[in-house]
Amino acid sequence: MTVVDTILVPLKRVVDANVRVRVKPDGSGMALDGVKMSINPFDEIALEEALRIRERGETGEVVVVSIGTQVWTQQLRAGLAMGADRAILVETDQELEPLTVARTLMALVEREHSELVILGKQAIDGDNNQTGQMLAAIWGRPQACFTSHLRFSDRVATAMREVDAGLEVIEVDLPAVVTTDLRLNEPRYTKLPDILKAKKKPLQTLSLAELNVDPEVQFRVLGIEPPPQRPSGVKVSDVAELVQALRQKGVV
Amino acid sequence: MARVLIVAEHDGRALNASTAKCVSCAASFAPSAIDIAVFASDGGAVAAQAAALEGATGVIRVDHPANENALAAVAAPQIAELSAGYTHVFGPSTTFGKDLMPRVAALLGVGQLSDIMNAESAWRFKRPFYAGNAILTVEAPEDRPVVATVRTASYQAAEDSGNAPISQRTIETELPTHTRYVELRSDSGGGRPDLQTASRVVSGGRGVGSSENFQIIERLADALGAAVGASRAAVDAGYAGNDLQVGQTGKIIAPDLYIAVGISGAIQHLTGIKDAGVIVAINKDSEAPLFEVADIGLVADLFAAVPELAEALGEQARSGS
Ligand SMILES: Cc1cc2nc3c(=O)[nH]c(=O)nc-3n(C[C@H](O)[C@H](O)[C@H](O)COP(=O)(O)OP(=O)(O)OC[C@H]3O[C@@H](n4cnc5c(N)ncnc54)[C@H](O)[C@@H]3O)c2cc1C
Ligand SMILES: Cc1cc2nc3c(=O)[nH]c(=O)nc-3n(C[C@H](O)[C@H](O)[C@H](O)COP(=O)(O)OP(=O)(O)OC[C@H]3O[C@@H](n4cnc5c(N)ncnc54)[C@H](O)[C@@H]3O)c2cc1C
Repeated sequence: MTVVDTILVPLKRVVDANVRVRVKPDGSGMALDGVKMSINPFDEIALEEALRIRERGETGEVVVVSIGTQVWTQQLRAGLAMGADRAILVETDQELEPLTVARTLMALVEREHSELVILGKQAIDGDNNQTGQMLAAIWGRPQACFTSHLRFSDRVATAMREVDAGLEVIEVDLPAVVTTDLRLNEPRYTKLPDILKAKKKPLQTLSLAELNVDPEVQFRVLGIEPPPQRPSGVKVSDVAELVQALRQKGVV
Repeated sequence: MARVLIVAEHDGRALNASTAKCVSCAASFAPSAIDIAVFASDGGAVAAQAAALEGATGVIRVDHPANENALAAVAAPQIAELSAGYTHVFGPSTTFGKDLMPRVAALLGVGQLSDIMNAESAWRFKRPFYAGNAILTVEAPEDRPVVATVRTASYQAAEDSGNAPISQRTIETELPTHTRYVELRSDSGGGRPDLQTASRVVSGGRGVGSSENFQIIERLADALGAAVGASRAAVDAGYAGNDLQVGQTGKIIAPDLYIAVGISGAIQHLTGIKDAGVIVAINKDSEAPLFEVADIGLVADLFAAVPELAEALGEQARSGS
């Protein structure tokens, strides 16, 4: 039974999780030239969940959306190859703050009449962990953040959330926003024929102006620096030496 | 002059230590007020603990049946209403605060700052991003409230020698019913210290091999009176509960002693332990990246070394030295 007609899944293009990025020597930003880029891992999990919901017949379509430059269509195409039905790029070359991203997603929710947005709990570059919560606030709808299990019954979603104290179960009425944690699912691998098929799926481009979103900047970046390095340590050769070293440090 | 409102984290009975860290962060830029808001069904006990925090200037109790369990969608509009007259609204960068504070910010129509690790002034902050591979200095505008989460690992808890006045407030805002708490499932702990606040932590990784073997980690933790932690790989494999994950997407901790066993030291793990006092790595692979940040490294098979270490430390505890 269909629960919602359209699920929106935002995809952020980020530096691949396996790349170790560094601050540029002049502190002007991160050294990202030629670095491998991927879909934010949490967003891949969000898309996988949306596809499974569609496979259970609980939604009609899954739409992936990105707010970024033309190259972000690489990640949108990857999302289409994974199985999304269509894609929307909101084209901008500005560094957007999470509130602006949330406002843009709100405009897309209205435009697409979506009743469920599933997105990553955090982007592994910005590490803000804000966008989903902000979207839910602007929308005036529930949020189920850090979700590791999700099921629907009628117009109610039951979510299990990974919280500091363990696993919390909440119920939310739809429409709603869900943010994903790592253990929600394991994303599928894309097969070659799907990559070819994805090229024919619709990809629409919009602008922030068309969506009436003002990309205001509130926080001024004054500098970026590498983290302080820990002084290098010692190797000990056996447990007795380890105990001695721990005593010397005064920690046991 | 800055006036800070801090949202207390608690479980209905006890104030979470993260709140005392938010107070320390706020106190570092000497605002004229540091008030702590306690949302609960009956906040008496928690409010009393909050009032004792050194540096707090007041505690505001908001008692309401809807505040029985913390739900961001229910708390956020109350905080938004309460925030009038404050220049700053802070919460901890725990799952409680991360869930809640962006919602508060968006209701107020402002951005949010995540994970403050240092306040250079009331409007200038440092925060980590890229899994802690870089530190950003940002300035917030003075004409809007600063809504932020405080990276708890960066601050010492405020002492509890204070005595702030407690007041009661009733909130006018209508509260949503679209979000409902069902239950909390918590299986870990076993009487051990809390991972987030423990002064000693022993963590196990994929190298431990199975959930039965994880007892080796637990025994060492018990010999030290330490909390137990885990890498993501260990949690994914079911050796340990999700609430024990340390790292970029788990808990960021700062114990005096951190012992990592059978953990390779991926960047996402290291970002969770950067502020630990002494880091010890036990790994059979001398090339494991964890050795690059460890203060003390032991290249050894964990199945031999860890029981031996537990034995040696347990003996020390028994002989009272
Ligand atoms: C002046 C300035 C300079 C900055 N410099 C840098 C920098 O050098 N490096 C850097 O990484 N960040 C920088 N940022 C921040 C960067 O723009 C953040 O990535 C942005 O604020 C979003 O935060 P986040 O991705 O961490 O959000 P989160 O809240 O962590 O993201 C959660 C989820 O939101 C969705 N989402 C977020 N953004 C998008 C998007 N654009 N399209 C589709 N979905 C999205 C994704 O589903 C994601 O999983 C800068 C910001 C400003 C204002
Ligand atoms: C988006 C994202 C977020 C992530 N967030 C986190 C996070 O928050 N926390 C986290 O920990 N990880 C996180 N990860 C995963 C991280 O990248 C690593 O995969 C993970 O930390 C590896 O765990 P491990 O060190 O236990 O396993 P492995 O890397 O497999 O290391 C196992 C180690 O055990 C050693 N070993 C094996 N047998 C023995 C033995 N008998 N004696 C001694 N040593 C032995 C091996 O030499 C090896 O070094 C994240 C990844 C992604 C993509």
